[in-house]
Amino acid sequence: MSKTTEITKEVTILFAGDSGDGIQLTGTQFSNTTALFGNDLSTFPNFPAEIRAPQGTLAGVSGFQIRFGSVDIYTPGDVCDALVVMNAAALKANIDKLKPGGVIIANTAGFDGKNLRLAKYPEGANPIEDGSLEKYQLYTIDVTKMTKECLKDSGMGTKEIDRTKNMFVLGFLYWMYSRSLDTTIKFIQDKFKKVPEVVEANIKVLKAGYHYGETSETFTTRFEVEKARMESGEYRSIMGNQAAALGLVAASVKSGLDLFYGSYPITPASDILHELSRHKNFGVKTFQAEDEIAAIGATIGASFGGSLAVTASSGPGIALKGEAIGLALMLELPLVIVNIQRGGPSTGLPTKTEQADLLQAMYGRNGEAPVPIVAASSPADCFDMAYEASRIAVEHMTPVFFLSDGYIANGSEPWKFPKTAEIRPFAPDFAKPRNAEDPKFMPYKRNEKLVRKWALPGTPGLEHRVGGLEKEDITGNISYDPRNHEHMVKTREQKVLNIADNIPLQEIDNGPEKGKLLVLGWGSTYGSIKAAVKEAVEEGKEVAHAHVKYLYPFPKNLGEMLLRYDKVLVPEMNNGQLVKIIRDQFLVPAEGLNKIQGIPFTAAEIKHKIDLMLKD
Amino acid sequence: MAEELNTPALTAKDLESDQDVRWCPGCGDYSILKQVQKVIPELGIKREDIVFISGIGCSSRFPYYMETFGMHSIHGRATTIASGLKAVRPELSVWIVTGDGDALSIGGNHLIHLLRRNFDVNILLFNNQIYGLTKGQYSPTSEEGKVTKSTPMGSIDHPFNPIALCLGADATFVARSMDRDPNHMRDILTKSNQHKGSSLVEIYQNCNVFNDGAFFVYTDKATKAEQAIFMEDGKPLIFGAESDKGIRLDGFKPEIVNLNDCSEDDLWIHDETDRVKAGILSRFFEDNKQPGHLPRPFGVFYREERDNYETDLNEQVTAAKEKLGEGDLESIIRGNYTWKI
Repeated sequence: MSKTTEITKEVTILFAGDSGDGIQLTGTQFSNTTALFGNDLSTFPNFPAEIRAPQGTLAGVSGFQIRFGSVDIYTPGDVCDALVVMNAAALKANIDKLKPGGVIIANTAGFDGKNLRLAKYPEGANPIEDGSLEKYQLYTIDVTKMTKECLKDSGMGTKEIDRTKNMFVLGFLYWMYSRSLDTTIKFIQDKFKKVPEVVEANIKVLKAGYHYGETSETFTTRFEVEKARMESGEYRSIMGNQAAALGLVAASVKSGLDLFYGSYPITPASDILHELSRHKNFGVKTFQAEDEIAAIGATIGASFGGSLAVTASSGPGIALKGEAIGLALMLELPLVIVNIQRGGPSTGLPTKTEQADLLQAMYGRNGEAPVPIVAASSPADCFDMAYEASRIAVEHMTPVFFLSDGYIANGSEPWKFPKTAEIRPFAPDFAKPRNAEDPKFMPYKRNEKLVRKWALPGTPGLEHRVGGLEKEDITGNISYDPRNHEHMVKTREQKVLNIADNIPLQEIDNGPEKGKLLVLGWGSTYGSIKAAVKEAVEEGKEVAHAHVKYLYPFPKNLGEMLLRYDKVLVPEMNNGQLVKIIRDQFLVPAEGLNKIQGIPFTAAEIKHKIDLMLKD
Repeated sequence: MAEELNTPALTAKDLESDQDVRWCPGCGDYSILKQVQKVIPELGIKREDIVFISGIGCSSRFPYYMETFGMHSIHGRATTIASGLKAVRPELSVWIVTGDGDALSIGGNHLIHLLRRNFDVNILLFNNQIYGLTKGQYSPTSEEGKVTKSTPMGSIDHPFNPIALCLGADATFVARSMDRDPNHMRDILTKSNQHKGSSLVEIYQNCNVFNDGAFFVYTDKATKAEQAIFMEDGKPLIFGAESDKGIRLDGFKPEIVNLNDCSEDDLWIHDETDRVKAGILSRFFEDNKQPGHLPRPFGVFYREERDNYETDLNEQVTAAKEKLGEGDLESIIRGNYTWKI
């Protein structure tokens, strides 16, 4: 039987299975191979909070969505072209994401009586046998059986054999989408280099999956997605948290300050700790503290000692750090506070994404406590914004928030990474040693930007005391003077507002410089807004997209930009936070589009709202 | 980091800041401040290398009065800030000043973790068994039945035994002193500073406003000799106005013996490095109104040498540099797989 190859511009695949099925690994491998091939891509891992939720249940379904193409890709896709399911629960949880006519590849072993019951299918119903999936192209493969067959002489136990079945699926998909096996073979060889029999088994199963596609008569069509026409240069694939970690290391190298990272494990921020702890040869010191408060306390100590100090958490941990953030602000020491946002309030939705901590970052402290805020718009942008947060902290002697969220933290995209020479360095302004005859050191004396000097212990003549009590201007001594307090509150605010002179102006990402509608986004909604506005612009609509990365203070031209459009739309994965701030600061009747479901916007949702607003 | 400048030897005066000391007149804190300012010049540390870090409470005003580097931080967290500072600047001499509320109540968690990590810092725990700054509520070391503003019918909280708590957290240097015995305090502060690791000194400190006389039984000339026992390494445990009483161990059970009936050779010989015996000594903690109670020990309960967190952390950095070479930014930004378009 002859096989045909269909050329297509873009494909969205969703891998789904039990959280123990190796879905995330399969997805990541497929992404890396696809990125190396030269497609543009965007991914969205979606996993349950439980490490091993009960096997076969809907609660235990783990998913990994990837969209790749020969055209520009901005989101992981609204609907899928193909759904790969390892069991009945994975099918049931995800079938509504598959477009009509889409491909289902199902592991038949995952549709036995037990799995069907666990997935809560009615007694006697089996979707892969009863014709209920007829509007899709259904392919069933007994992956479990074939994997067993393939390794029957390997001497491995049933459990170990079962663990390699994701490689069969991966091999099959490499055949279906005309990909090479090389990247994954190399990965397997690296990962299991200490256990050659595991390397051999995994490669064997991977190849078996590929050959199955080639020889099985069930499959007549394979797909080819040509390389994307991306800006020329050298690329790598990067995840948001990894990019954030590298951004912090880059800031350390470029400022000459050793990096100290204090944190307490929390989803979805822990990967930054894991990544940084591997880079001790850069002088990076990581400290896994006993709790969130100790984590920020230690970073304040490290900052006092002259390190580039960073702490990270997610919303619940940031809430615990609140008092200490206020202390860092009073001390006027540099500190980067990373918040990888997740669904809240309280423990909320730990593994799902949300942008609901903007107001917490902006206002969530006692007293008048302004803290600058920057936010990343995509996985690769986490590098730039983590770097910017560090730069602003050191140049302005202040704690700075860097906001990311679960979506971009775990998502990946191709990154045209910078050459280190292109990264602009920055430098700390340390106070110099003094002799006994020099005038007394004044710890709260400021430069023209209202920034005080960084006075390190160990420097002769700089002995001084800092603390959380209100300070007298210039001397830093305790002061309860009413006018001094007001003066200091205003001074600390003005110091932060002065940062506006040290950040780029707001740019229009796409669309006309003025017109009917401006879609104003921040954070991880970038891809969805980009895709929606692009479509609207191509339809000839007067719509533009601007994405704010500096949220406090805002770029100096933002207010004036908002006035050039009749309407402003602010899509956010929260109940309306940036929109409140925009209305408050600029008195424009901005309108919100809010999604609070723990999952990102689809481009279609935003496009629909754009169309509605233009109709009025 | 610092340039070398010629500085004359330090005096106690050099350590006094220009700020007025604002503790209540008669507070035990004055005496502790004075002894610290007296003892530091003898320790051979450069003034610019000294950092005092405190939390919140009466004792935590301490750094403002020391002409050194200092940070008056937030309630209970001085230990965390000191940990971070010591991790990145191991060469500094870091002192934590804290109280029974700051260290044992709001900051209890951080204290035990600092002790197990064994950062090389000196912790001065001013224990006055009361909340002074908030004007007189009971503290985690107040005795059961204590009548205070927040416990008009008497406290029903069982108090902490700070020494036992710290030994339980595997502290490597645990000692007790008192505000009204300057010589003893200077001796203990010197020893605590010599110890390379977390040294905890509990200092019985009188709050003459809210809890006056809590420790008089141990500090007053009239009762001190009978109620307090001063431990010295390698020496028998002897106390009493006539030095006529001693402690003898009957198995694991300590008992008071009269030296007229018992030879000194049979007494408990204090060994600062004996963890089991330190545990028993920490339990010399009975109500001093109880008849036949054991005397309250002062001095060094326990000390041991153990690796410091900051040393190990810096060794890992050195080892990583040796193994992987000095970090190359270009190479980690590139990663392992790249492609060109």
